[in-house]
Amino acid sequence: MYRYDEFDAAIVYDRVKQFRGQVERRLSGELSEDEFKPLRLMNGLYLQLHAYMLRVAIPYGTLSSKQLRKLAHIARKYDKGYAHFTTRQNVQYNWPALVDVPDILDGLSTVEMHAIQTSGNCIRNVTSDQYAGATAEEIEDPRPWCEIIRQWSTLHPEFSFLPRKFKIAVTASDHDRAAVRVHDIGLRLHKSLTGEVGFEVIVGGGLGRTPIIGPTIREFLPKKHLLSYLEAILRVYNLYGRRDNKYKARIKILVNAEGVDRFREQVEQEWALIKGSDLDLPVCEIDRIRVYFSPPVFERLPHESASLKESIQSDDGFARWVRVNTAAHKQPGYAIVNISLKPIGGVPGDATDAQMEAAADLAERYSFDEIRVTHEQNLCLPHVKKDNLFAVWTTLKQHDLATANIGLVSDIIACPGLDYCTLANTRSIPIAQRISERFADFDVQENLGEIKVKISGCINACGHHHVGHIGILGVDKKGEEFYQVTLGGSAAEDACLGDIVGRGLSSGEVVDAVERLVDFYRGERNDGERFLDAYRRLGPGPFKEALYANA
Amino acid sequence: MPMLELVEGKLIRVDTTPCEEISLVVWRGGAQPEAGVSALVLPNDAPAEDVGHEVNAFAAVVLEFPTFKDGRAYSQARILRERFGYGGKIRARGEILRDQIAFMVRCGFDAFEMETSKSGFYNQALLDFSHVYQPAADAALPVWRQRAQRAVAAE
Repeated sequence: MYRYDEFDAAIVYDRVKQFRGQVERRLSGELSEDEFKPLRLMNGLYLQLHAYMLRVAIPYGTLSSKQLRKLAHIARKYDKGYAHFTTRQNVQYNWPALVDVPDILDGLSTVEMHAIQTSGNCIRNVTSDQYAGATAEEIEDPRPWCEIIRQWSTLHPEFSFLPRKFKIAVTASDHDRAAVRVHDIGLRLHKSLTGEVGFEVIVGGGLGRTPIIGPTIREFLPKKHLLSYLEAILRVYNLYGRRDNKYKARIKILVNAEGVDRFREQVEQEWALIKGSDLDLPVCEIDRIRVYFSPPVFERLPHESASLKESIQSDDGFARWVRVNTAAHKQPGYAIVNISLKPIGGVPGDATDAQMEAAADLAERYSFDEIRVTHEQNLCLPHVKKDNLFAVWTTLKQHDLATANIGLVSDIIACPGLDYCTLANTRSIPIAQRISERFADFDVQENLGEIKVKISGCINACGHHHVGHIGILGVDKKGEEFYQVTLGGSAAEDACLGDIVGRGLSSGEVVDAVERLVDFYRGERNDGERFLDAYRRLGPGPFKEALYANA
Repeated sequence: MPMLELVEGKLIRVDTTPCEEISLVVWRGGAQPEAGVSALVLPNDAPAEDVGHEVNAFAAVVLEFPTFKDGRAYSQARILRERFGYGGKIRARGEILRDQIAFMVRCGFDAFEMETSKSGFYNQALLDFSHVYQPAADAALPVWRQRAQRAVAAE
């Protein structure tokens, strides 16, 4: 993991001090709420329906156990004993008091964390693959590049007042767990025909009101030019992105208006003028950062673990959890463990202080001190010995963290919705809870296989409904909550937007309708065919019929 | 309009008469800048490239912030300084928040049309951060360069 040196530490410390001054000026009345707003928004502090909400950055979703314990401590001391992990691998506190926020940020800085650029029209926290450094699929670990982008984008003097917020995701695997095609910039590390590793640069993807699967503007960018190329893209966007309408201000609108070819030309032209400059890091700095992400010292182990085999045979619940929640590790004898934050009937992404501490303890003891946050609002222990899986599962179970549903129908992404959010039209959480309860039977869920349900409480699409296999969008109709279903979306390497299939369903109808969809799929699927693949084969017609049958 | 100027890293009040202003439209129409006197007012939707190296005939360029959220002038200032080697004054006009001044200075601004009674307050803002991560139009060394220098010194 990256560790701050004195420069990184000083910058975060300076920021906390600056913000403490701003809060003091607000509390003394020297600043009005209007004047304070742009300042607090630069530090991840939103005013929500009931209280301030503080969003803390978890750069590329990587945490040490010490950091996670600090998040737990903050939840206990300053909040209501829980925190919420988001689709951007961040964490949110829903109930902090303004007067406490500088102390919270102080506490975070002691574990090399901050809330810088978690809101505002600037470059936000860079996200990545939660399996980075652990999966055999990747070309190389993408996180050094994420850290390089984090540093370059932090307090960037030119790009802190962009037309709109700006999100960058990086992946290095064919299987895209970072949703790079629905980001302002998606970067995919891959090998050229000559064997050189570089980036595919995707620009102008996004969800929200105008969902777009991002086009590739450059097939191959040599790694050493990453920062100058990003700077060229951001400069073109900063100068020419629309500012007259906040719903048309994201870079995707600019790329669409100019056309991909013209936009690419503008970027390449700008890049040609700046690429020889001081922007690109020297090899020694890239190497310095890369060293922090060296693989941990794995033990040499056989592929299979005898004790794991035995435990699988003796405990069906454990066997299921291993099948569903663990993934292949690049190192023989190790596994990647996913920790579900989607207990049946629970709030997607929420974790209590005790749960965070339990996960931190497990990471310290069994996973080289590392925890990852996933964009699907779960946690992950990236490097666990197969011999230790049973012990890990036993502890997770004690803390209600062993729900075996990763990638299954109850592993739902949901935005906070009208329970918290000022923008929402409808609630999302209760729909997620009811769908999860409907499919509570784990035999049924596992038999159904991968089904990605994503729920947004308004058109801003924080719950990624456009790219759900089953997407659900809440709309307000004359004061009543309705839910519009989209089908066939995907945020993975086969990214595509779901089809809107018809009229909205009432809160009372929507869960039955989802069940009918799933039942229809079960009746029609071929051997081993996922919901998404069946949908692609059969088309929207029959699914639409199932959705509205009896309704 | 009262004005603060950056002199040797400090914002100080200046009482000199502001330069004679020439708008981009008037300049395009053929108006000639007077050496050491004229200021070009460049709207923030005009590409700095449209002026190019001819900007150096002006004693000052005025760049606009219609609201503090509109950050186009940050890019314009850097392009004038870094691409066209502009050495005159770059003056910020419009809505300027305390915590934006350091960003503006990094992008090449060195004059600010604003309330001058709180110059101490604004000067403090220039000291908020002790290091920077990225190169810009100023002389601040990005931390990666400082790291490299330290590594060389340690050898």
